[in-house]
Amino acid sequence: MKFTREEILQIAKLSRLHLEEDEIEEYRESLGSILEYVAKLQELKTDDVPELQHAAEVKNVFRADVVEGCDEEVRHRAIDNFTDKEGDLLKVQAVFEGRTE
Amino acid sequence: MDERLTIASAKANLEKGSLSAEALVGSCLETIKQGDKDVHAFLELSQTAIEEARAIDARRNAGEQLGPLAGIPVAMKDNMLVQGWESTAGALILEGHKGSYNATVTQRLKDAGAILIGRTNMDDAAMGSSTETSHWGPTKNPWDMTKVPGGSSGGSAAAVAAGFVPVSLGSDTGGSIRQPASLCGVVGLKPTYGRVSRYGLIALASSLDQIGPFAHTVEDAALMLQVIEGKDPRDATSVDLTQTTIPELIEKDVRGLKLGLPKEYFLEGMDPAVKKTVLEAVDRLVAAGAQIEEISLPHAEYALAAYYIIQPAEASSNLGRFDGLRYGYHSSGQNLKETYERTRGEGFGREVKRRIMLGSYTLSAGYYDAYYRKALKVRSLIKKDFDDALKIVDAIVTPTSPSVAWGLGEKFNDPLTMYLSDIYTITANLATIPAMSIPCGFVNDLPVGLQIMGKAFDEYTLFRIGATYQSLTDWYLRSPDTFST
Repeated sequence: MKFTREEILQIAKLSRLHLEEDEIEEYRESLGSILEYVAKLQELKTDDVPELQHAAEVKNVFRADVVEGCDEEVRHRAIDNFTDKEGDLLKVQAVFEGRTE
Repeated sequence: MDERLTIASAKANLEKGSLSAEALVGSCLETIKQGDKDVHAFLELSQTAIEEARAIDARRNAGEQLGPLAGIPVAMKDNMLVQGWESTAGALILEGHKGSYNATVTQRLKDAGAILIGRTNMDDAAMGSSTETSHWGPTKNPWDMTKVPGGSSGGSAAAVAAGFVPVSLGSDTGGSIRQPASLCGVVGLKPTYGRVSRYGLIALASSLDQIGPFAHTVEDAALMLQVIEGKDPRDATSVDLTQTTIPELIEKDVRGLKLGLPKEYFLEGMDPAVKKTVLEAVDRLVAAGAQIEEISLPHAEYALAAYYIIQPAEASSNLGRFDGLRYGYHSSGQNLKETYERTRGEGFGREVKRRIMLGSYTLSAGYYDAYYRKALKVRSLIKKDFDDALKIVDAIVTPTSPSVAWGLGEKFNDPLTMYLSDIYTITANLATIPAMSIPCGFVNDLPVGLQIMGKAFDEYTLFRIGATYQSLTDWYLRSPDTFST
């Protein structure tokens, strides 16, 4: 199984990844051979088998939805990591500007 | 016989007063500066370790009650947050990112008096089995510098094997602690899912990830687990333990224990010399009074396929947060979407992109049932295999890795062959059970690991078997020629 160029570009788009030409070629092969390998699971009949959803078999944990703020040092360090900021606010490009879809 | 640096030996000297924490940490830092030029286990060393060690010494001299790891140097894998340290998970996309808070394991180590000495190299975003995909260059195996240390926690394994530190932490999603422990000749433990908090661990696959220790001795590994384990309100999947770890209570006696040998694990694909070495280790345990029973894990052959659906699926959503805006690498485009695509396209390595795309594909409409849902069902079957087998036997013993360490570059361009090196370890993550690798001999002068798997939350039995084996053998005391003292 080998993916087409268009299929790889579609998956890359869903994944928000820009790919170089040589990467597109490589993934056409390697994603194909991995999916061929994992198709092995189709040999098993699993109609009545439950999905393993939760590893630790724990229940949902609820808490009140209240703003607690955070430690001042943690807050400052988080802000220091921002790529671009204005004061203490994260600065990003406009979300809707220039959208074609 | 070389004396290896262990917590037990260091602690005895610290408590006697024949060694200060400052001297211990200073000598570790010096050894690392000398030896790590070749190994490249560390990405960065702590700037405050000596100062912290002095503070421990002052408290000891003042007669204060100190924690169980007071003054002990510990190395941290580069995917666990330490406030103020750069933390990249071996990835360009997190270049420059600094931990804004402490992971729960970090906090617990600090509270126990441990001196965090530096962060260790790992595969790019923990995806890899050789530490070769690290953006910061590969780590080498201290036993043979032309060989890989295994991965993804290769730096943490190599740091202990080389004698740079007595213990370190790694994380294990499909074998990332046990496989490098095996290839580097040290003890490596993946605890039961839920035993150790994942808060502050940069997530790979949240239903599989678990943090655990590397050490030379089983007792040291148990002590590390005692410090880091337990319920944490910040990780809802962490569990209130009914039995906590008490290293002092580990019995060095396996009489009456039933060990299962899964026939499916010894069929094919394994280096015959590794098989022989592992079976000799099993014979040792039998001579010490354990019983052996052949067991069957009928769905073993489907584990790798299920894993390579579930893990990339979870990884693709976990890595969605790397947008180049809030931290790490950034590459600007014409608009926000292009910025995401450029940042992620440039910031993630090839293997990471391969798995993100694999995950996006198997989770996408039309393929979800055939791949992801199917894999979750197979995961149930695999877990049931283990639950059934562990009703008959107390623990399961297998090789940790089908081969000893391989050459740098050897499997790098062949993803499926690389994935196969985790064939014996991924099942424990899928089944959520604890598993430990201990050194059990050498093939071509390279270490071989024995894997011991047990019932959920029964780490005690693994420790008991491992400690008994170590009391009868001296493999764990050997050190690589280059680093023998």
